[in-house]
Amino acid sequence: MTLTNMPMGSDSSQTPPAQLLRREDFPQLLHALKKLGYQTLGPVVSQGAIQWKEIATPEDFPIGWKDRQEPGSYRLVPDPSPRFFNIVHGPESLKPLTFAPRETLLVLDRQDHTFSAKEIQPDTTPTAVLGVRACDLAGLGIQDQIFLHGTYPDPYYQQRRESLFLIAVNCTKAHSTCFCASMETGPKAQQGIDLSLTEADEDFLIEAGSAKGLKVLKQLTCAIASAERIKEDEERMAACAASQTRSLTKPNLPAALYEAHDHPRWDQVAARCLSCTNCTMVCPTCFCHGVEETPSLNFQQSEHTRVWDSCFTPDHGYIHGKNFRPTTKDRYRMWLTHKLASWIDQFGTSGCVGCGRCITWCPVGIDLTEEVHSLCKSTQ
Amino acid sequence: MTHNPYLIHPATIVERKQESPDIVTYRLQLTDADQQNAFQFEAGQFNMLYVFGVGEVAISIVSDPGKPGFLDNTIRIVGRVTQVLGNMKVGETLGIRGPFGQGWPMEQAKGKDILIVSGGLGCAPVVGAIEYIFRRREEYGSLTILHGVKTPHDLLYRERYDTWRHQPNTKVLLTSDEPGKTWHSHVGVVTELFDDLQLEPDNTLVMMCGPEIMMRVACNMLTHKGLRPDSMYVSLERHMECGIGLCGYCQLGPFFLCKDGPVMRLDRVMPFMGKVGV
Repeated sequence: MTLTNMPMGSDSSQTPPAQLLRREDFPQLLHALKKLGYQTLGPVVSQGAIQWKEIATPEDFPIGWKDRQEPGSYRLVPDPSPRFFNIVHGPESLKPLTFAPRETLLVLDRQDHTFSAKEIQPDTTPTAVLGVRACDLAGLGIQDQIFLHGTYPDPYYQQRRESLFLIAVNCTKAHSTCFCASMETGPKAQQGIDLSLTEADEDFLIEAGSAKGLKVLKQLTCAIASAERIKEDEERMAACAASQTRSLTKPNLPAALYEAHDHPRWDQVAARCLSCTNCTMVCPTCFCHGVEETPSLNFQQSEHTRVWDSCFTPDHGYIHGKNFRPTTKDRYRMWLTHKLASWIDQFGTSGCVGCGRCITWCPVGIDLTEEVHSLCKSTQ
Repeated sequence: MTHNPYLIHPATIVERKQESPDIVTYRLQLTDADQQNAFQFEAGQFNMLYVFGVGEVAISIVSDPGKPGFLDNTIRIVGRVTQVLGNMKVGETLGIRGPFGQGWPMEQAKGKDILIVSGGLGCAPVVGAIEYIFRRREEYGSLTILHGVKTPHDLLYRERYDTWRHQPNTKVLLTSDEPGKTWHSHVGVVTELFDDLQLEPDNTLVMMCGPEIMMRVACNMLTHKGLRPDSMYVSLERHMECGIGLCGYCQLGPFFLCKDGPVMRLDRVMPFMGKVGV
């Protein structure tokens, strides 16, 4: 299958040098994307946080704001910086753009004693996403593995995925909740990108990551970036990684978690957890979903819709006459053990990318890295 | 879209058999001739059955894989979808997606004695395997079918058991937890039937389906009789929304029972079966 971000080829001589795009020339990028038929999405202030929304001009970026993220807290606060991507991330990863929160799969029409099923095409408007973070690219890679590379590739996900043009922004600052460095997913965007940016006050270091990205890059007025500038940016990213205080690097973590099944810590975290499902909704990799059936009032038509679900709901472990995970303790254990242990058995990779969203958006500030550290301590 | 695994194919109910007040077997035929011809399944696999305007539910295929034109599905009314599904009539249409999952290990079982242990509605998923063996009787060793029900009224497929017990090299033992006036077989739980079995542990393959608690006890007892966990197979049940390993519902430890199962080799699932909260 063809995905949007095919690498440019193994011949490194084809890789153009990194270039500098001046801040005042940024509209050229928006214009070039528009000319190619892309709608452009980027971070936009919405309801006290940021969401992916249309970027028509640079003024649509959340200039003058920064985000403050802590366990159980997300705040936008004024900031004098002129930068477009001063906010690290909001509650949305790339997930809603590929694995839609609600996706009508089929519409079924009734005719006398029978019915016919019509497939509903997902919205595949070519979409350029500006400001994708390294952790979210890693999350997308994991969801690709789940939805595209299994026994049954998901055609809805695939079509949405193929419509994306991804413009990453490398992180030069981290929140206290970030731990991408320990998951080896960031702060630098590594793969699956069409263009990448590293933002400074005056300009952007811009690099192409795909043939499509290169085509766009060639249309922009850029200067060749000096070796010092490239080195400087690398150092800013290294400093960002070094500033991260949380980590999930435990040797043999899957085995340790399987063994911790009866650890008393589960009771303690269950006493705090509200089973609200926030962590699973903001997670870039969580893929659980249910299917809803919505018949029309005259019962002649029915919509068959996939809807995000969560292992924290009572339904998730239910089968007639029994709930396999009746308590919050069971559900939190299911989530954490799946994310960090059985996920590896299933997909060959951890289900965590270190974005820290589950920590930030947990109403009571439960921190999975702290839970893991406690669970891996002996109970003796 | 090409290869849309979510696409539902209409199928007509061509026969209906009320097995008990809350259990019904439908014989289904896919409406589309191409779909009919393309539909091949293995014993122990399941379909997602769809009721218009109500939803889908995972139901194992009961019929003989050698006759794929007609698909038999036995349904017990237990929830929202089966409530409607279980009350449909001949000539009405429901939807099919499938077949999904891993079936019984019919290849590995060749040349071996086969012990089938089922409880309650667990008799349904093993029917395909039994019929498969009868069509290739000489390729398998002895066949022992043990089946337990709660009360004599709960026994389905009476004629099938009567037919099977007269097949060559085949033993059928039935038991009911509760006695009844017309019940002439054993009274007690299904594991009590193990007492009289002459098993060759090294040459026996077990296929089991029933309530998990029954399977755990039965597997444990058979292990004590010398059977190896890697020669025992269990068919497990969890709620399924998609049937294709994507909805996340049917997880048991690292397994998605819809695609890694429902039939699982015991040694692989043993660490997770019966574990609280898994």
